[in-house]
Amino acid sequence: MQRGLGLVMSLMAAVPALAQSSQPTLERQQTLIHMVRQDCGSCHGLTLKGGLGPALTADALHERSMDALAATIINGRPGTPMPPFQGLLNEADVQWIARQLLAGFPEIR
Amino acid sequence: MKKSFCVLLLALASLLAQAETVLRGTGDLGIVIERASGSVQIVDTTHQTVIGHVAGLGDLSHASAVFSRDQRYAYIFGRDGGLSKVDLLTATLVKRILQAGNSIGGAISQDGRLVVSQNYEPGGIKAFDAETLALVADVPSTYGSEGKRSKVVGLADLPGQRFAYALFDAGEIRITDLSDPAHPKTLAYPAGKQPYDGLVTPDGRYYIAGLFGEDGLALLDTWQPDQGVRKVLAGYGKGEEPLPVYKMPHLRGWSIANGRAYLPAIGRHEVLVVDTRSWEEVSRIAVKSQPVFVMARPDGREVWVNFAFPDNGWVQVIDTRSNTVSDTLQPGKAVLHMEFTPRGEAVWISARDDNRVNIYDTASHKVLRSFAAESPSGILFTARATRTGF
Ligand code: HEC
Repeated sequence: MQRGLGLVMSLMAAVPALAQSSQPTLERQQTLIHMVRQDCGSCHGLTLKGGLGPALTADALHERSMDALAATIINGRPGTPMPPFQGLLNEADVQWIARQLLAGFPEIR
Repeated sequence: MKKSFCVLLLALASLLAQAETVLRGTGDLGIVIERASGSVQIVDTTHQTVIGHVAGLGDLSHASAVFSRDQRYAYIFGRDGGLSKVDLLTATLVKRILQAGNSIGGAISQDGRLVVSQNYEPGGIKAFDAETLALVADVPSTYGSEGKRSKVVGLADLPGQRFAYALFDAGEIRITDLSDPAHPKTLAYPAGKQPYDGLVTPDGRYYIAGLFGEDGLALLDTWQPDQGVRKVLAGYGKGEEPLPVYKMPHLRGWSIANGRAYLPAIGRHEVLVVDTRSWEEVSRIAVKSQPVFVMARPDGREVWVNFAFPDNGWVQVIDTRSNTVSDTLQPGKAVLHMEFTPRGEAVWISARDDNRVNIYDTASHKVLRSFAAESPSGILFTARATRTGF
């Protein structure tokens, strides 16, 4: 089990992506899933199909880049209700969320 | 022959007796919305118990409800555009329709015959027969010259089968008269940047829209709407950089207490207090975080406030005589909503991430009782049926 995880980690490290530096721990990932569904969900909908904010489904976002999404989450969009999450989420959290959004965000377990 | 008649009579009598034991009123009932599972609990506020459960209501994130004027039925508006009519006495789903793609709530007409939804997608309001849920009017929130439709927020019933609401994208307040549903009449008033919610005062006279895009609120006197919108509390942010808003506040007539309106500031950790005659600022009260619900206890002596993520574990109580914070409570993880019993001896508070509803005594601020609910959000009691703007 431990080893399996280690293998996954080293595979990830082999990918020269921004994310490689530090993946959120599995526990942190659960917290992030909960937060995105429930608290981003207050504007984007629990299903992420949109509300006051636009839909964040993989379909809706397919033309967006991961970096653009990450930048929006960290900095917000001034002049719109999208708030900056800097200070609440770190770089690794935001990269992870952006990647999951593009892939289709996981359900709360 | 005779014998079987007797048996029949006996059976009838026992049926009647059974029915008698379940006869009850509905004035002390309510619902707790379980947002993640698409269900509601039916609760009794006199005995502080759960008396029923109804599932199959779709996506209830950001759900709200209105009640029929006989207080027997709840009309529940789901985020997914679902409109469900639930019988509180039998704990059954009477009817469910999908009326839009993305919806955030609704209202019920003065005479109780029309249930009206407010929709983001497609933008507009729709009216339904309260009995059958048949569509009787569709009023798109079209604005500008390209036929775009705005998201609708802050829908509230006004006397005379009228409904007031605000257009987030168009920056307008609109009043639609549905006294002849086949021919709705709509008037529009420029209101300011990005109205995010609205309220009507308990007498049905003033409609107030909160503005996200500017410091101030838009006030429309619906007794003389031709005078247009007046800005109140303009510039309350004093030009300071606004703090991030992680959840939009909610406005409703519950914020009127002691001749004043207690309103959440946007991007400031303050409750703004304004006189409801002069509409001048009376005071501003520093609170823990971004206020979401600012709710007066029915007697107006206290105002209870909850907060946006990440400070949503806190509730503060404002004393309306001194306009200061008199108590700070921690009712649980992710406090999403509060509802006072009709005359305010208790307040029910939902703690989403604890999967609990906690009932507080409003005199002692102590927990009276607590029960389990799945991801509870809105708590709504039938007494809303008798109030304008609920
Ligand atoms: C208070 C409301 C609100 C909250 C909370 C919120 N958002 Fe947003 N978000 C918006 C709005 C409104 C927009 C659209 C901004 C615009 O008009 O450009 C938006 C835009 C976005 C976009 C850009 C989408 C695109 O199509 O480019 C992303 C990504 C996003 N939000 C992610 C998040 C995440 C992740 C969270 C939680 C960590 C979150 N948002 C929380 C309101 C919100």
